Amino acid sequence: MPRTIVKARNLRKEFEISQTFMQKLQRKPKLKVRAVDGINLDIYEKKSMGLVGESGCGKTTVGKLVMKLLDATSGELYVKGQNVMALDDKRMLKAYRRMAQMIYQDPFSSLDPRFKVFDILEEPLLIHDIGGSLDERRAMIEKALEDVRLTPPEEFIDRYPHMLSGGQRQRVAIARCLILNPDFIVADEPVSMLDVSVRAELLNLMKDIIDIQDLTYLYITHDISTTRFFTDYIGVMYLGEIVEQGPVGQVLDNPLHPYTQALLTAVPEPEPDRLDRIKEIPIKGEIPSGTNVPDGCRFHPRCPYAKDICKKKTPAENEPAEKGHKANCHFAGEIEFKMKVAKLSDDGKIEKVEELEVEDIIGD
Amino acid sequence: MSEKTILEVKDLSTHYFTSKGVVQALDDANFTLSGGQSLGVAGESGCGKSTMAFSLLRMVQPPGRIVKGSINIGGMDVTKLDEKEARRKLRWQKVSMVFQGAMDIMTPVYTVGYQMMEPLKYHKDITGSKAEEVCMRYLDMVDLDPELFYRYPHELSGGQKQRIIIATALLLEPDVVILDEPTTALDVVVEARIMNDLKRLKKELDNAMIFITHDLSILAEISDDLAVMYAGWIVEIGPATKIYKDPKHPYTQKLIAAIPRLHKDIDRLEYIPGAPPELTNPPKGCRFHPRCEQAFDKCTQVEPKVHDVEGVKIKCHLYEED
Repeated sequence: MPRTIVKARNLRKEFEISQTFMQKLQRKPKLKVRAVDGINLDIYEKKSMGLVGESGCGKTTVGKLVMKLLDATSGELYVKGQNVMALDDKRMLKAYRRMAQMIYQDPFSSLDPRFKVFDILEEPLLIHDIGGSLDERRAMIEKALEDVRLTPPEEFIDRYPHMLSGGQRQRVAIARCLILNPDFIVADEPVSMLDVSVRAELLNLMKDIIDIQDLTYLYITHDISTTRFFTDYIGVMYLGEIVEQGPVGQVLDNPLHPYTQALLTAVPEPEPDRLDRIKEIPIKGEIPSGTNVPDGCRFHPRCPYAKDICKKKTPAENEPAEKGHKANCHFAGEIEFKMKVAKLSDDGKIEKVEELEVEDIIGD
Repeated sequence: MSEKTILEVKDLSTHYFTSKGVVQALDDANFTLSGGQSLGVAGESGCGKSTMAFSLLRMVQPPGRIVKGSINIGGMDVTKLDEKEARRKLRWQKVSMVFQGAMDIMTPVYTVGYQMMEPLKYHKDITGSKAEEVCMRYLDMVDLDPELFYRYPHELSGGQKQRIIIATALLLEPDVVILDEPTTALDVVVEARIMNDLKRLKKELDNAMIFITHDLSILAEISDDLAVMYAGWIVEIGPATKIYKDPKHPYTQKLIAAIPRLHKDIDRLEYIPGAPPELTNPPKGCRFHPRCEQAFDKCTQVEPKVHDVEGVKIKCHLYEED
């Protein structure tokens, strides 16, 4: 069994909503957003974990909790055996941040426009007191640029961010993480702002670095199709809870939770011949607010398979089939998922509805 | 689907005359569209997709200008119109557009209804309860509660706002609707629902749609025809099914291979090394040759002609017949 890098148990984060003066006078109860609501998470060494879900499901909050950019409300969180909840003095935090780094979504705002690439990469070295002389630091910076394939490094080292393309900037951001030789990187939508081809190139690069530097990623994204290639495990978040997690192939090919199923149905696949057919999305309404999480199973108001028990009892983690593939659903493993596809007539009316097996959709 | 040609674009070129030189943002675009047909336009950022859309609306901002070619919509040559005519006859009436990040273009201080009625008031002189009725009919058409007419934008979700913008673009029954990255900022579930509605509307209303996005997987869901753009050129255009199954141009091949798949295990993603060229000084010969694996001598010297292979038009030397 590989070593566990991140271990979270019943981790919670609540945000209080600020009240108006009038509400304070009326002594209204304070509303709380349950952004992360009791998640259990295990990330193993060199096995990247993907976290997917719609916006507002709490995936970025998990990333920030793990980085200790936010303090958790309750629960346990260990990273490499270190109790992250107890990190409070500055010195320990600094050491922690050397080990765990974060890549942000937007390479256009995460780099200081007045810093040259050299300065951007030198700053972490100065903060952590690495590299005794300027020459030593310069050599390290050049090596980091080579690692992210910005070659030759001399050509990029004196540039300002505005002289780089989006993909090149994100490489600089990655190099800035790697230069500290971290064990663990939280990548929050690192490629969502980039073009398809650049995206593919960067994901390849980030994957290659895993072996060179003994890295583990927590990859946060809304784009499920990239997780298949990039990660080993995947967690699907809904309204602050990880509703399903497991090895990426199993979760995507054989989803246990109706929410995962709905998400997968919605992902566009580059297969033509579907012009006059529309996929029915098996999910109702929109995501409820985190201040008002439904009782019982939090997905039940939108779930097409909801029964009475779902309204009353909160489902526990269920592990019906293979080990390590868990879902928070009363009926995990019991529901047979079918995808409904409606055929459109020439004037846009629905002609007939067919049911497809999952295998038909996967194709070859 | 009616066979009548609605839009005919011939040799359309739009350049920007900047202080750093002439940016050849769009060169020699040729295509036609008929009613009920949709064209998907794909390509990396900066390849000229949006410039093409703005040209169709006559909205290219200076220092840009249409330098060559014609755009024929219902017998009217759009390139010949002056600004006043374009405003009166073309925009919103013949061609409407849903802009990128469209959900942020609504004014927070007016109700949805007030903003929706504007085009009706200025173009068709329809006001009051009659306009309200029309707006509500279109809200219903995009699967929204007509009551949203009385709401303010901040009360709505992103998906609802996007639908309202789409409804507004359809209000005056334009011949051509251009959608520029209509679902980029939305979640997959909302995106899939909107795509379903667009598919239905396309058949129902029988107008032509032009879809601009960098996401080829979305285009596969909606476009009859597909145009792949690179550095201001349409490098491959033809029936979408054919292009997805058997892409001919080396650029299209790579672009399709770069899409990560949901149900397939792969070790490496394909990508195109290098970056698109500066359009002030595009490479000689084929603009794609510095990044092309199949390039040969001729590609570095001579601009390729457009070749027709089984109904797909490809701008590449590989498909020359002789």
